[in-house]
Amino acid sequence: MSEQIDQALARKYDAGFVSEIESETFPIGLDEDVIARLSAIKGEPEWMLEWRLKAYRTWLKMDEPDWAHVDYPKVDYQSISYYSAPKSMSDKPQSLEEVDPELLRTYEKLGIPLHEQEMLAGVAVDAVFDSVSVVTTFREKLEEAGVIFCPISEALHKYPELVKKYLGTVVPRGDNFFAALNSAVFTDGSFVYIPKGVRCPMELSTYFRINEQNTGQFERTLIVAEEGSHVSYLEGCTAPQRDENQLHAAVVELVALDDAEIKYSTVQNWYPGDEDGKGGIYNFVTKRGLCEKNAKISWTQVETGSAVTWKYPSCILKGDNSVGEFYSVALTRGRQQADTGTKMIHLGKNTKSTIISKGISAGRSDNAYRGLVRMGPGAEGARNFTECDSLLIGDQCGAHTFPYIESSNPTAIVEHEATTSKVSDDQLFLCRQRGLDPEKAVSMIVNGFCKEVFRELPMEFAVEAGKLLEISLEGSVG
Amino acid sequence: MLSINDLHARVEDTTILKGLDLEIKPGEVHAIMGPNGAGKSTLGYVLSGRDGYEVESGSVEMNGKDLLDMEVEERAQAGIFLAFQYPVEIPGVSNMEFMKESVNAIREARGENALSSAEFLKKAKDACKQVELPLDFLKRGVNEGFSGGEKKRNEIMQLIMLEPKLAILDESDSGLDVDALQVVAKGVNSQRDGERSFIVVTHYQRLLDYIQPDYVHIISNGKIVKSGGPELAKEVEASGYAWLAEAEGVDA
Repeated sequence: MSEQIDQALARKYDAGFVSEIESETFPIGLDEDVIARLSAIKGEPEWMLEWRLKAYRTWLKMDEPDWAHVDYPKVDYQSISYYSAPKSMSDKPQSLEEVDPELLRTYEKLGIPLHEQEMLAGVAVDAVFDSVSVVTTFREKLEEAGVIFCPISEALHKYPELVKKYLGTVVPRGDNFFAALNSAVFTDGSFVYIPKGVRCPMELSTYFRINEQNTGQFERTLIVAEEGSHVSYLEGCTAPQRDENQLHAAVVELVALDDAEIKYSTVQNWYPGDEDGKGGIYNFVTKRGLCEKNAKISWTQVETGSAVTWKYPSCILKGDNSVGEFYSVALTRGRQQADTGTKMIHLGKNTKSTIISKGISAGRSDNAYRGLVRMGPGAEGARNFTECDSLLIGDQCGAHTFPYIESSNPTAIVEHEATTSKVSDDQLFLCRQRGLDPEKAVSMIVNGFCKEVFRELPMEFAVEAGKLLEISLEGSVG
Repeated sequence: MLSINDLHARVEDTTILKGLDLEIKPGEVHAIMGPNGAGKSTLGYVLSGRDGYEVESGSVEMNGKDLLDMEVEERAQAGIFLAFQYPVEIPGVSNMEFMKESVNAIREARGENALSSAEFLKKAKDACKQVELPLDFLKRGVNEGFSGGEKKRNEIMQLIMLEPKLAILDESDSGLDVDALQVVAKGVNSQRDGERSFIVVTHYQRLLDYIQPDYVHIISNGKIVKSGGPELAKEVEASGYAWLAEAEGVDA
């Protein structure tokens, strides 16, 4: 049976096409001039350039982290281009009609039509192509509710005070190596602002697409939910199939003020590289949210792509009674490596966190959960529950769990459960004996294993995530 | 509909079936009895095509087709159903989803349309009723946390849903009390329609009080050593399998 599983794991990546688009791309290399040029192209305020340069100088003194359970050749940061944008975007199209049709076709091919009438009802989309945002839909409707949803480069012009007030407050410039790099060179990403007491009338989502060769994508997303507000946000990511590795180093900051709630979902399907580990995206991401009093931040991620993933969406539970959640499905196959998990930092009283992590390893991949639960001295009555399950498909893959628990408050309660199981020959045989082909059988077993997490995704995306797993596992048994 | 000729099969290095012959016509119920280790369960696995059960020689034809040449799922689609002795759990996949995928995969293979949700639901509810499983079993994970008896009834529920041409019951009576046994038997009997054939593998005669076989075969050391009508099962009940050892010098 394991032979069939191996065959089944032969991959197919639907989003691997390249769009023929004329781009303006910086020559490779990074120094202060490059950063100044980048900032100038975007017409940024002076303070932003200063901020970037400070980050750059910090980054120069830092070392790339090597503690993760991943193994990849060191990235040469001087061989990457730090800015690439479709030429047509430099005219700053004012409406969808003015946007290069080839760009729109790219998103259509990815299943994300950008014409509002064709879109999923109730989902607003910001489409980011390489280093720029192509279009943001449903803006007027959102504006009526007072919600700001726009590219962060635009927010720097229109709402500089808001950006300045919150940028870097949750993930400081020098937080870690990749965050510092991102702070120096970030290009685009989404900015979301939900005013006090407003329940955002639609799902917000951003689709990130890397197209150009030898470029990195460094997006920055900032979501601010004012007191008592509520927002659900989803990001999706894809990239063409290329033989070279490409770097994606993003920073996402969430600020949930008193009684606010942010639900942040990710369906990550960057190109994972081929069967032998050639090519693929390095996905080195820092995501963190800050919860004030009674606030709630919920991270849900479905990670199926990328050659190497280094990602720990975290919550700082600063306010009393605040709640953090992390629901994760990470699927690795072929030669993929993932080191992912979360940090729940309990500072306030009666703070609560829940971690449900489902790791699925197939092929010759390595899948690690790494999580930290920290109960600070002030975390009276705080509680955490962690469930960490690994599913192995075949016998050449690895699953690892690195839970860290630190408690400085005797009243805090931390629970950790972990299981490791295999898709057994018995299960496969049962399914096949009932007429299902092996691929269908594996995908059904895997979907069952992930059910607790899929339940947390917004409805439209739960279906998409299920399908994504199916495609990812196509050929994984045969 | 099924014809097994001189079948030899092994698991790893041990040859278990050593020249088994069996002829089954549509609508017939054949009971296979025999001591532990005689090859009863192996027969079910070989017919359904389980990995690790290697056919050394012989042939199996089903309605004129070479069964041994088919994949596991192709055999299922062609109408072979195996009710497992130890049904395995599939956590998180509901019985309902599982059966829906399964019923439709088999229908598709037969060139039939997929059932609509309403049609499927009606069928599933009827099947549950027949084996006296509460309807909430449809929502529970496949065999997840089911008792031994519930698992066995769930297997028969699947049999009823999938309408096979040949159902192989692998010790569907083991671990059941009399009440549960009657439920299982009633479910099976409801599926006897003069066309569907059955192989009922059992260690004990007890099950055959409730599912009346047309033929009883005693299997020992990998082949059928005696065949007869239902009365043969009674003989076994009275005298056990020890006579086999005497007759053939085989360990019972």
